[in-house]
Order: sequence, then C-alpha cells, then structure tokens
Amino acid sequence: MTAYSRRDFLKGTVAAGTGLAAGLSLPGILTAQSKEPIKIGVLHSLSGTMAISEVSLRDVVLMAADEINAKGGVMGRKLQPVVVDPASNWDLFAEKAKQLLLQDKVAVVFGCWTSVSRKSVLPVFEGNNGLLFYPVQYEGEECSKNVFYTGATPNQQLIPAAEYMMSKEGGSYKKFYLLGTDYVFPRTANKILRAYLLAKGVPKENIEEEYTPFNHQDYQTIVGKIKRFSSGGSAAVLSTINGDSNVPFYKEFGNQGLRSENAPIMAFSVAEDELRGMDTSALVGHLAAWNYYQSVDTPQNKKFVNAFKEYAVKNKLPGGSKRVTDDPMEAAYFGVYVWKQAVEKAKSTDVDAVRKAVYGQEFLAPGGKIKMDEANHHTYKPVLIGEILKDGQFKTISRSKGLVKAEPWSQYTSPDKGCDWVKEKGTYQKKA
Amino acid sequence: MVRVLVVLTIAWLVAPATGHAQSPAAPALAAALADLAGTDAAKRETAVTTLGKTGNPKWLAFLGALREGSVYARKPGGRLEIVVGGTKSTRGDQDVIEIFGAYDRAPLGTVPLTDLTEVGADRALRLVIKPFLDADETRVQLRDPDPSVRRGAAVKLGNQADPGAVAVVEDALQKEPDRWVRQALAEALAMIRLAHGDGASRAAAATALGNLHAQNALPALRRLAADTGAGAPERAAAAGAVRQIERWNLLGTSLETLFQGASLASILLLMALGLAIVFGLMGVINMAHGELMALGAYTTFVVQNWFRAAAPQWLDAYFLVALPTSFLVAAAVGVVLERGVIRRLYGRPLETLLLTWGASLIIQQALRLWFGAANVDVASPRWLSGGLPVMVGLTLPWNRLFIIGLAAACVAVMYWLLFRTDAGLRIRAVTQNRAMSSCLGVRAGAVDALTFAIGAGLAGLAGCALTQIGNVGPSLGQNYIVDSFMVVVTGGVGKLAGTLLAAAGIGELNKVIEPALGAVFAKVAILVAVILFLQRRPAGLFAAKGRNAEA
Repeated sequence: MTAYSRRDFLKGTVAAGTGLAAGLSLPGILTAQSKEPIKIGVLHSLSGTMAISEVSLRDVVLMAADEINAKGGVMGRKLQPVVVDPASNWDLFAEKAKQLLLQDKVAVVFGCWTSVSRKSVLPVFEGNNGLLFYPVQYEGEECSKNVFYTGATPNQQLIPAAEYMMSKEGGSYKKFYLLGTDYVFPRTANKILRAYLLAKGVPKENIEEEYTPFNHQDYQTIVGKIKRFSSGGSAAVLSTINGDSNVPFYKEFGNQGLRSENAPIMAFSVAEDELRGMDTSALVGHLAAWNYYQSVDTPQNKKFVNAFKEYAVKNKLPGGSKRVTDDPMEAAYFGVYVWKQAVEKAKSTDVDAVRKAVYGQEFLAPGGKIKMDEANHHTYKPVLIGEILKDGQFKTISRSKGLVKAEPWSQYTSPDKGCDWVKEKGTYQKKA
Repeated sequence: MVRVLVVLTIAWLVAPATGHAQSPAAPALAAALADLAGTDAAKRETAVTTLGKTGNPKWLAFLGALREGSVYARKPGGRLEIVVGGTKSTRGDQDVIEIFGAYDRAPLGTVPLTDLTEVGADRALRLVIKPFLDADETRVQLRDPDPSVRRGAAVKLGNQADPGAVAVVEDALQKEPDRWVRQALAEALAMIRLAHGDGASRAAAATALGNLHAQNALPALRRLAADTGAGAPERAAAAGAVRQIERWNLLGTSLETLFQGASLASILLLMALGLAIVFGLMGVINMAHGELMALGAYTTFVVQNWFRAAAPQWLDAYFLVALPTSFLVAAAVGVVLERGVIRRLYGRPLETLLLTWGASLIIQQALRLWFGAANVDVASPRWLSGGLPVMVGLTLPWNRLFIIGLAAACVAVMYWLLFRTDAGLRIRAVTQNRAMSSCLGVRAGAVDALTFAIGAGLAGLAGCALTQIGNVGPSLGQNYIVDSFMVVVTGGVGKLAGTLLAAAGIGELNKVIEPALGAVFAKVAILVAVILFLQRRPAGLFAAKGRNAEA
C-alpha cells in the first residue's frame, strides 16, 4: 500500500479530477460541502470479552476506508472514520451509537457483533433514522429499516449445513447432537435446526439439545454423553459453541477416543480468526459452515488477504503478517463498498436515498460476487462447507450452487412471516 | 481419425497401469479417461466406477484429485490429454499452473491456465467417487501406526456393516498387536455378521457382541430384538446381549462419573491450594491469585515456544521443563508483590483485598500488552494427548490423569513441608501467634515471604497444568478465581484437609448432577448448595478452633 504504482496514481488523479469537475458544476454552497470529508462510524468493541473478535472488524473497515480514500474517496469526498469503543458493554453500545448519530453526525455506521449489542442499538438507529451495516451471521427474526445485514441468515448457514450432513455426500447422518453456548444465537439457531430436522423426518429421539455457560471448560460429561449418543454410528454434532470454549471441547472429544470420521462436529461459530489462538491439532478433520474462507481461490480474494496482511504490518497491528481473514471480516469489508456504491448511485449520503440505492446492489467481494436483496435488507451469499486443516485454515468441501437468498424469517419456525421494505413495511404476515 | 488418435494417446498415457496385476485392460481405462473429459453424465459415472474398481492407489489418488477439482484436460496438437494440476501462481499477467500426469504424476511442466479446461466433478459425480475413496481411506487407516486411528477405522467398518469388508477385517484382526484395536475389530466383524448372516450366525454374532460389551452394537441389537420377522433364537440372543451390554454400561458410566468428578476435584484443588495457604496462613485475600495462574500458563507458552525454536526434537519434553519454571516465575512475582506492598498492609484485610485486586488488573493488562488480547496456543505434548482405555467403553484421558497425579503430589508435598520440616514449623508458629514467634526468634517477615512465594508458586503450577485442558488468554485468571474461592471458603479457612475435602465434594457433586441437569443448572445447583451449606456452617467444613482465631 505504501508504494503507489503510476497507474494507481493516474487513476486516483483522474477520479479526483472527475470528482472535482462534478463538484464544480454544482452550486457554490454544495461545492463547499462536497470538499468536506464524509464521516463514517465504526462501532466495534476494542476492549472486553468481544475484543478478540471485533478488533479485526474495525481493522478491516478502516482498511476499506483507506483503500477508498486512496482511490479518491466517495464522490470526491474523503471518508473520515470515527472509531468508538463500546467495550463489550451492551448499554454502552446504545450510548456510543447515539453519540455517533447525533454528535458526530456520521453518514453510516459499521458495527456490532453479538445479537444483544445489535438489539441494544436498534432503537437508536430506528429512532434517529441512522444506517447500520451489520456484518455477522446471526439468528434472523429481524427486519429493520435502518440495518443492512451482510452476514448470513439461518438459511444461508445452518440449514445448508444440516442438509449437507444428511446428504449422501456428507455422510447420511441420522442423529444430531445440538450443542451450544447458552445465549440467544445458539438457542434460536437450535430452535430452527430442530424444526428443520423434524420437518425432514428425523425422529425426535434422534435429536439431543444441550447448552453450556460462557467460558465453560469442563466438557467431560457432555463428551461422555455424545459418546453414548453416537454409538452405532451415523451421529453428528452441530455446534454453536462460542469462541473460548471450543478448545477444551475439541480436546476432550479427541481424548475420549471420538474421531471426526465417526462423529464429526459441524461448527457454526469457529472461523479462521478464532483458530489463530488455538492449538488446532484436536480440530483437524471437523467441519464448519460459512459463506467465505480465507482459502477461497479467487483473484480478488488473494488481493484482499495480501492487502490485509500488508495493512496489519504497515499499521503495526498485533499479529502483523500472521493475521488472517474470515467470514465476518469479509462481510464487514464488502459492506463498506456496497455503501459506497449506493452513495454514488444516490448521489447523496442521505439515509433514505442510500437505503433505496442499496437494494439490488452487486459487488465483487473477495469470496465472489454478492448481491444485496431487492427488498429484505439482507444479502445473497454463497454457502461453503469447509473442513478444518492443521494450519487453522479451511478446505472447501462443498459449495452451494450460485447464491442463496436470505430468509430473515425461517420457513421452518415462522412460515407465515416475511420481510419486505418495498411492497410492505418490514415484517409482514404472508397470506395463506 | 481424431478419436483413434485420442485413444492411442491415452493408451500411451496409461501404459504404466497395465503392469498392475488387478488392472483391467488398458483400453478400458483409456476409454474411461476419455469419457471423463466428455459431457455425458452417465458415461462419466461409469468411467469413475471403472477407475475406482481397479483398487489401484494411483487411480484412487487420481479420483481424489478429480473430486477436489484439480483435474484438467488439454489438447496439445489436437490430442486429448488428462492431467492433474498442482500449485497455481502468477507469471507476469498470466495465471500458470504446474501439471502432472494423471496416473504416474510425472511432472509435465508449468503451463498457462488458459491452455487447460477443467474436468469438474459435480455433486453427482462426487457421490460416485466417495465410496471408493472412503473404502481406500479406511484400508489405509487400518495400517496406521497410531492405534487410535486403527481403532477409529475399525469402528467405522462396524458401523457401515458392509459384507464386502469381512476379508479386510479378518486379515487386520490376525495382524493386530493392540488389544483394544483387536476388540474393535472383533466387534466390527460381529456387527457385519449380525447385519448380513443367516439365523444361526446372527444369533452367534449377537452373543459375541454381548460378550464383547459392544456399546456400538446396541442400536442394531435392539432393532434385532424387536424385529418380529427374525427367528426366535436370534431375537433371544439379541435381547440377552442388550441386557449384558446395558449392565456393563451402568458400571462403565458410574466409573466414568467417578473419574470425571475426581478430575474436576483435582483441578479445583490445584487452583485452590495456593489460595488456601495464603488465605489460611496469612489472612491475605489474594485477588491476584488468578493472574498468578495466568502467569504460570504464559510461562508454559514461552517455554514451549523456546523449545519449538531451539530444540524441536525435544518438543514433547517442554511440559516437564515448564512445570518447575512456571512455579518459579509465579513465586518470584509473588515475592515481589509481598515484599513490595502486601507486607505494609497486614491485618487490614479490606485494603489487601483492594490492593491485590489492583495488582491483578495490572498483571492482566501487562499480559495483554505483551502477548496480545487474543488467546495463545499451547499444544499438548503427545504423551498427554489421547487416553488410556481401562475397560470397554471407558477411556481415561492422559491429561486428566496427569493433573490428578499432580494435585495429589502437591498436597503430599505441602503436608510434608508444613508438618515435617523446620520451615513448616516456623510457618505454623507465625500463623498461630505472630508476636510470640517473633519474640522467640522466628523472622516473621522471611516466613511471610516464603509462605506467599509457595502460595504464588502453586498458582503458577496450576496455571501450567490448566494449559492442558483449557485456553490461555489474559483473562484466564478471572475464569477460575471464583471457583477457587468457593473451594477455600467451603473447606474452612486455614485447613488443608478442608480444602481437599471441599474440592472433592464439589467436584463429585457437580459431575453427579450434571448429566441430569445440564452444565448450566449444575453450576447453579452447586452455588446454591454452597450457599446453603455456609448458612449452616459459616466457618466452612473445618472451622479453625482455639485462640488463634484472631482474624
């Protein structure tokens, strides 16, 4: 990033020139405004328990802003990120969101990870007509006018993964152990998974559901249960265990003699960034479901991964060139670009205009082309089933055909509900 | 004409294959390869079957490559050639790829990607490939040097119950040296016979499975026992086997729960021991105890990294070095803490509590600044991975056995130190009456430093042991400190026996109720039980008696 090639420089100059020209043609008062940078808010926890995951999202959003600025900004105006630290504290999230919208008057906010933090800022964004890009896979059942969801909904992660495990290719598993950390995402995810499995004819006694507290370390009893549950084969674990508890779980799993070929674990919350701090030897061969892996083989992904490593080195971020990219990071990254394209289409940073311009917006993201939904504020994404490798990376073993449309309301738990902001006003009742 | 050329080329290409004993004639393989590059789905599937049936590892490797999507076709000079792609790279503005021969993987140089057409494997084709590769993988695994891999493969064969695998299993059974793998193989064999044999052999297989206590066969046996279509003798045999296995399971589960409780107890004990000594003997509520554990854990991490860099061949031994090192590092920090600040605040429990809490924040933040906020990875040495199978259905993980041993050793050493040595005598004297022992010539200050160092060192040791079962991060201490205090308070202040008993009680109780209530409620139930217990006996299991109750 430090050394510009001449081509880049020329591009930048041309872009800036065009922007300037566009600016000049407008009335004087707008010209004065258009030279001012556009403020964008970054609302990710930089301290506290969630810092481990969220710091990387801040990094990647700032990198995207840098890239856009290096190419001349948005409509000739530079982006000026305003970074705040809600410190993994849900109340503080709402407070900081209010500060960003009312005090700093940012045009858009990129932020949040946990569902509880998103729920806590939701009234702030809706009450003040702000705009939030939310980059993490989540449990769905939400349809806000002021949020764009660039992560996966259950039908873009959970359902395809369960479908894969039941398919011949995935191993025709017939018994499922739903294991999660005790909070909103795993509970809702398992509700949907259970409804799906029952709908597909899996008998009730073949589904087991269990939760552990946050930071749970002692998985002896649960692994013992899984061992008995999986006797006779054809049993798989669907895991929504959160970050920290995964290493003790997988270690115990291996130590008690269970192996991935007889009882595989399909994880929904283990990505490359979490694997950075883990001894992965116990995880090798187990599975995960995401919409992007660092190992995705596209030219734009190679560029993205290298750019991020360079960015980390240049800005002396901890980890430096050993930093990795993962699914939420990709979603956070392309969120910035989708917003940029929408602003350019709307020729304004006005929230309502940008919102309408986002609908149907396409972007060549690192993981492949994505598309914003025409009405439901979510994203069309590919679904990838991956196998964990020794170096903490994933090997894609199955890939959805084309892009999967997001269903904020799962057809298995809320078949009567839909989400549409064009023909309806958000969540609506489907006609029977 | 072109077609003839194609066949000729491929015949030449696969020529080495003809040497293989089981290979079908080369033309069939050549035709199969040509079909693969075509578009007719049915022909492609037949082609895969032809290649897979050779059982030749090289063709199976080729199918593996096909499944991964790294098989390409090219037509140098109009002749069709199937190649396997390797690493891709960029040369100038062109994407290039290394290519290899389909069968022998002879390097064929590096060519631009645009010269090749990908021979993809769609879902349907991958499904055809899978059984060949799986069967091959299982065969390879049965020869793996690691017994746990062989055992896994045997279990898989049993679960699949494929009659074609009988010969393979029998063969492996004869060569197998490991008792537990033999057990799994015998189980697999009986399960295959149970699924496919005639009446008499099914009954015999059911009886055999009962005698083997084969947990894995339980679903199949239950099905057979309930199957009205089957003959009476085999149903009776199956029902008998189910009873036999269930009885054995009851024993296994009880022993397992007992062991799990012992393991949890040993971890609690190891964490609480240092705290109990500092709290009990000195009256200092050491809120930094958890961070001293974190220091021990990070010391283990540093020692491991040193071994990785300097002596990779001795890597498995790093843990033995890390144990004493983490004790010393934590003890040294403990001494600095005690001599630096805590000693100025003796007899003021509230101030020491605040002070040690502050110290804990400082240590935590220092670790975060130095090592980063993310967790670090501490790998288990090989001798602490896996488990010791003690009976059918019960495997005791090595890391947990080790921690139980370590906790027992620590308690034994502490007893010896306190009750059999001069230093211990002085520690006990200062605990009972500081002023009097000072008068009699005991240097109370030095004794304090020593006691605190031992307590801190034990915390470091606990942290080192915890790396084998949990995560290592800056907030490691916070996850454990509450449990440690719970054990110490329940046990009664100042009594090692109380700590020991409280750890054992809480550990076992937790593991007995967890299967029924789940992890979340087990934790709640334990806390409620401890609160109720402390209502009845505020001083804990073993209350300190007599005149030394000055604090």
